[in-house]
Amino acid sequence: MSEDDDRQQSPPSDLEFVSNKARNCNATGSGSGNPEFQSAYPDQVLENVLHFLTSKRDRNAVSLVCKSWYRVEALTRSELFIGNCYAVSPARATARFARVRALHLKGKPRFADFNMMPSDWGAHFNPWALAMAKAYPWLEKVHLKRMSVTDDDLATLAELFLGFKELVLVCCDGFGTSGLAIFVNKCRQLKVLDLIESESSDDEADWISCFPEGESHLESLIFDCVECHINFEALERLVARSPSLKKLRLNRYVSIGQLYRLMVRAPQLTHLGTGSFSSSEIAGQGDQEPDYVNAFAACKTLVCLSGFREIILDYLPAIYPVCANLTSLNFSYANITAEQLKPIISKCHKLQVFWVLDSICDEGLQAVAATCKELRELRVFPVDAREDSDGPVSEVGLQAISEGCRKLQSILYFCQQMTNAAVITMSKNCPDLVVFRLCIMGRHRADHVTGEPMDDGFGAIVMNCKKLTRLAVSGLLTDKVFDYIGRHGKLVRTLSVAFAGDSDMGLKYVLEGCPQLQKFEIRDSPFGDAALRSGLHHYYNMRFLWMSSCRLTRRGCQEIARAMPRLVVEVIRSADEEEVDDAVEILYMYRSLEGPRTDAPKFVTIS
Amino acid sequence: MEVGLKMGFEETELRLGLPGGGEGGEVVRKRGFSETVDLKLNLSSSKQDTSGMDPNDEKVTGLNKEKNLLLSATDPAKPPAKAQVVGWPPVRSFRKNILATAIRKSGSDESSGEKVAFVKVSMDGAPYLRKVDLRMYTSYHQLSDALAKMFSYFTIGNCGSQGLKDFMNESKLMDLLNGSDYVPTYEDKDGDWMLVGDVPWEMFVESCKRLRIMKGTEAIGLAPKAVEKCKKMS
Repeated sequence: MSEDDDRQQSPPSDLEFVSNKARNCNATGSGSGNPEFQSAYPDQVLENVLHFLTSKRDRNAVSLVCKSWYRVEALTRSELFIGNCYAVSPARATARFARVRALHLKGKPRFADFNMMPSDWGAHFNPWALAMAKAYPWLEKVHLKRMSVTDDDLATLAELFLGFKELVLVCCDGFGTSGLAIFVNKCRQLKVLDLIESESSDDEADWISCFPEGESHLESLIFDCVECHINFEALERLVARSPSLKKLRLNRYVSIGQLYRLMVRAPQLTHLGTGSFSSSEIAGQGDQEPDYVNAFAACKTLVCLSGFREIILDYLPAIYPVCANLTSLNFSYANITAEQLKPIISKCHKLQVFWVLDSICDEGLQAVAATCKELRELRVFPVDAREDSDGPVSEVGLQAISEGCRKLQSILYFCQQMTNAAVITMSKNCPDLVVFRLCIMGRHRADHVTGEPMDDGFGAIVMNCKKLTRLAVSGLLTDKVFDYIGRHGKLVRTLSVAFAGDSDMGLKYVLEGCPQLQKFEIRDSPFGDAALRSGLHHYYNMRFLWMSSCRLTRRGCQEIARAMPRLVVEVIRSADEEEVDDAVEILYMYRSLEGPRTDAPKFVTIS
Repeated sequence: MEVGLKMGFEETELRLGLPGGGEGGEVVRKRGFSETVDLKLNLSSSKQDTSGMDPNDEKVTGLNKEKNLLLSATDPAKPPAKAQVVGWPPVRSFRKNILATAIRKSGSDESSGEKVAFVKVSMDGAPYLRKVDLRMYTSYHQLSDALAKMFSYFTIGNCGSQGLKDFMNESKLMDLLNGSDYVPTYEDKDGDWMLVGDVPWEMFVESCKRLRIMKGTEAIGLAPKAVEKCKKMS
């Protein structure tokens, strides 16, 4: 039921039929040989000890020691992480864990973000909300990713959980500003409301005004993704009465002038997301513009800056005073050139996380490499996300980064052209890489210098980056790259494949070679039923497998379903098309203790 | 085993008409207005290319070739596309949309009081809407080209300075409307439906609320109004 994303995988403990072997553990002095285990100490002792365990991985391991430890661990687990909301039912979860205070739940697979899944597929938070309300009225924190959350659910959270403190919604949808209004109004203890890349409808509810009067406990308010006008005066008053506020990310309806007023009231901020970095009116000749530089300078503890949605470059120098302290900078909505970046990035010596658009070109990346020696995470997004657009960044930028940022751990890089040589160089220069995601936007594009497939580049990554757990491949790729991954990617947990491979062998190499593989998403690759069969030994160890536009047939999927009763095998077709033939457009399969879900829409067939 | 193409996703992609999501409303570079529409759409009003395939495209594999062919073969009324593949590159539409808006704003520093000028474009008989950003174009001619690419079975009457004069001349207008299959019309700020081309370009951009490409015969009813409005303005 619980998996630790970041660390070594522990044996899955959500599959009770595996862990129900009655293991006797010999307590000192009580080797009775009795199948009913007699503990040498009361449960209470164990409880006191286990309270200190916070890591999911450790808790999973502990729960497998014996029945007694299983029971006590279940009593003491306060943070419940469920990586796939359909792997286990709310009833089962609440039956096992009695005292949960925080719930972390994930729903749709990642490819749903790219319009590849018909809407209304599922992942509804509602049954969980209701079950939690009954079982854990003291619940304080809910963190959801890719779930469907309705206004009613928000109302439930606010009304049925009296001490509710923290709501984080990442890539969620289904709610609107009216739900937010109810939520913020009724949650008197609210500390955190983080809405991240979620879609909300604008019901024209003035939700900012709905925060209760009096001092607020708010520590974090993130609403940059909420596309609605907000009542600025109400927001200003809210910020003024939130002395604990550390994180504030505004949406684009807040102008820079308004930002100034907020910053003046909250110089204690550590994380700031500017709204639109422009003014709503054009200042006249004689008008006094606020001293933005001073406002930023007053924020001595600011370490994370983002936003810059509709940037007017004249204002950019205002952030100079904070650059030296920044550990995280997100320019991924700011279409700026290398020249415009340089004066800023040259001051950011402490930067560890940098998100940016490819508009800065290779030259901008060279500037980053020159200064940001502490860089751990880099994401370069395309301004023009089309296959055939011009590519302002290339292997040159990647190479520069690899040479300058030796501590790099995570990279996401969109480009139009790449070479094996640059990728190999990065694999040698950045041995700490844990996440390597390279997206060559033109499908099947070869090494543009040698004309070779990109197999060797990715091969070098899995060979040289011994800590690698997440990999996304692209470009022209043959089965060879999968052979490399199967041989060397022993720690890989998440693998993303698109338009790659020649035959079933590709998939086989990976399924047979990667024991830690958890999340596997594949699209438009020539893998068929035979390849699918080669993973039968492993599917119960995985969270999910997604295969779309491959060479699978219904018969092949049904075979898998028959062979593995605890696997839910969903065949998904486009919402408005009738079943035509045996070909499978989307296969999404995942282990589950519950069998086929009852809320599947009609375009989903569960084998 | 063939992967049957279900047009659903592509269909959905096009239908959404989100800012930046339609071919006509794609991301604008800061460089300026020189780019109109995605030139790789491979549509032209002169060529009735029903195969939908760019013969020079070597990158498309067997699977995708089938997809593209199916896309155009089953419904010729849809623009034949070297369609952008759904979900590729894997950038969240959330980000794409935001970027499109942000870039437009930053790219228009030079012009004053720039606002986004997205209008919906519908065409009689076409099953989906598109959206275009009128600020991407500087003349009727550019708009005409872009629309032609979007809806390849549509032909716009003579637009441009000559076109304006034609619209002013009632009898020539009638000829035009009777002759062409489709005619672009728009709804202006007053809620009136007008023929596209009857006012100077800038005025059109300011006042246009939505576009509708209607059958020429239906548009005849609009003509007198258009001519009248023109007369008022001259």
